[in-house]
Amino acid sequence: MTIANQELRTIMTAHTKDDENARRDFLQLTAGAMGVVGAACVATPLVNSLNPAKDTLALATIEVDVSDLKPGEAKTEMWQGKPVFIKHRTPKEIEEAEDVDVATLRDKQPDSARVQKPEWLVVIGVCTHLGCIPVGNKPTDAHGDYDGWFCPCHGSHYDTSGRVRKGPAPKNLAVPPYEFVSDTVIKIG
Amino acid sequence: MGSGERAEFKNPVIGWIDERLPLFTLMQKEYGVFPTPRNFNYFWNFGAIAMFMLVAMIVSGIVLAMHYTADTELAFDSVERIMRDVNSGWLIRYIHMNGASFFFVAVYIHIFRGMYYGSYKKPRELLWILGVLIFLLMMATAFIGYVLPWGQMSLWGATVITNLFSAIPWVGDSIVTLLWGGFSVDNPTLTRFFALHYLLPFVIFAVVFLHVWALHITGSNNPLGIEPKGPQDTLPFHPYYTMKDSFGLVLFVILYALFIFYAPDSLGHPDNYIPADPLVTPPHIVPEWYFLPFYAILRAITFNMNIYFLAGIAGLFTLLVEFVWREKPKMIAAPYALPILVASLFLAALGFIGDQYPTLGIPFTAAEDALVSAKLGGVLAMFGAIVLLLVLPWLDTHPIRSARFRPLFKWSFLLLFVVFVFLGYIGSQPADAAFGPVPLSLLGLLCTGYYYGFFLVILPFLSRFEKGRNLPKSIHEAVLGKGA
Ligand code: HEM
Ligand code: FES
Repeated sequence: MTIANQELRTIMTAHTKDDENARRDFLQLTAGAMGVVGAACVATPLVNSLNPAKDTLALATIEVDVSDLKPGEAKTEMWQGKPVFIKHRTPKEIEEAEDVDVATLRDKQPDSARVQKPEWLVVIGVCTHLGCIPVGNKPTDAHGDYDGWFCPCHGSHYDTSGRVRKGPAPKNLAVPPYEFVSDTVIKIG
Repeated sequence: MGSGERAEFKNPVIGWIDERLPLFTLMQKEYGVFPTPRNFNYFWNFGAIAMFMLVAMIVSGIVLAMHYTADTELAFDSVERIMRDVNSGWLIRYIHMNGASFFFVAVYIHIFRGMYYGSYKKPRELLWILGVLIFLLMMATAFIGYVLPWGQMSLWGATVITNLFSAIPWVGDSIVTLLWGGFSVDNPTLTRFFALHYLLPFVIFAVVFLHVWALHITGSNNPLGIEPKGPQDTLPFHPYYTMKDSFGLVLFVILYALFIFYAPDSLGHPDNYIPADPLVTPPHIVPEWYFLPFYAILRAITFNMNIYFLAGIAGLFTLLVEFVWREKPKMIAAPYALPILVASLFLAALGFIGDQYPTLGIPFTAAEDALVSAKLGGVLAMFGAIVLLLVLPWLDTHPIRSARFRPLFKWSFLLLFVVFVFLGYIGSQPADAAFGPVPLSLLGLLCTGYYYGFFLVILPFLSRFEKGRNLPKSIHEAVLGKGA
């Protein structure tokens, strides 16, 4: 028996109680950790199944013909389960939107960053406060203090560019991704 | 539960079963001879009443579920079919609809009782916490249930409340999408809500079981708030309290039946008889009455909290901990208290003014620099109001339980009750309403302030300084007079 072997033997037989406990702690910890990892692996697909399904995501683009909208008129289209407001703005409304000092706004965006063609404003018609639908698309609706939209739920006012000007909403009405397929057809999504 | 003494039963079948599974011994011990304080008043009926309501909700709900269809195209019509065509469908639905309200009536009175008589105090802290948990689960169940008939209030109530979660920094929007299963409250939301609405009542049942188990370990509190010292202070649960509970239950059910048969829709909102329309928001969204005080707290926070405001609040909170909660301050020497107080108030005011008047241009007070937006602040205040209930046993550490012997506690608590009811009124009004010349949102903020002040300042303060009246020596002496 070589020296090395003998040393090894002493090390291996020197199992004190402490070693034994440390070994058990280690086994318990690793087994427990494996259990947690396993549970997380099972939980992930279950929770993720609650996220939007593929067919829900597939409803992602629509085409809208806007040739029927005269200046000053607006209409509402459903996109991803949400209303999209499409507004044909009058020169006066465009001017109002452009003349605002951006620094005074809560959510600082110039009108030019929110439209592709000044006559056409396309925004998601969901109040950025708690998700109500603001009114203002019909001429008979309230338009708020800034000639745009008014949210009846907690009183947010939006201007002719769909920017929040007053009330609890933190952000401007969102602009969805869209493009002009032709002069009178807009593809949203 | 298995071991221990077994009761004797004359009936051989019962005896045979009991030897193998001591169910009857258990019932006999926990509901037959169970020693119960002899001085209960009618406030002690509401636990049994709440239990009855839970069973009524589960029974009526399961039958409704057999006729209901959880699909946005069909849900509203299936509920109308229950109302018109299903045999006794209207009755079953009205039992369920008004049952939710009466369940909350019972539970609110039950909670009020617990607070007034100090039932949350040692050794009943866990019992109390389990109760608050039941209350939370009930709120979740009722909120989700209200979505099922898919009327206008169903849809828009769900939209507004689920949108609250978007206030959570960074992950908020993903959480909302996860809750919805889409980009708005829609069919995937309805189907999962139905599954949860079926599940949660059984979770409640399980927590109620734990609640009652914990109750039978400590025994009941009573209007005097002193522990029974022997058999002369107690009565066997049966027949004394089975009778008293039954009597109270009958009165309660008569009132409940009056609503079911004569005013079934008076507690609901007419807009929920309009089918849900994702393009039109009702002009005035209100939750069910039992949520109104919490809804008012949610709406009371209309300002953003910036760095000055939060620093001021942190300073005030430190002072509160040092000089009100603690016997002796640990970190701050007394002479520094006043300067810190002044500085904190100044910072809070500066932050508030900076937020209200952005044109002043005070640095770091713009809305986008706010650390806690108004929306997040409202959500935190609302959930915080319930968290306060959870930690109540550690906020009120006064040795006397019952408000009868603590006049200062009694009146500040009754004022809290009035404030809570008034918050309910505020919650029912449009956000921009006014009460005479005073805007309601300001009153809402003041009431919310009292609610928080009661728990965080008044209770710890009274715990240390209220002297209280002398307690009677024992329950039977107090009830029967000296002669007993
Ligand atoms: C903790 C107990 C429960 C509470 C607080 C509760 C609350 C509610 C509420 C507030 C509604 C809306 C009522 C309306 O406006 O029509 C509702 C509807 C409903 N609940 Fe429950 N519920 C409970 C237990 C159950 C159970 C155990 C079931 C069985 C699966 C159930 C099945 C239903 C169904 C199918 C509806 C839709 C039909 C309707 O609107 O009348 N509920 N629930
Ligand atoms: S949801 Fe529009 S103001 Fe609150």
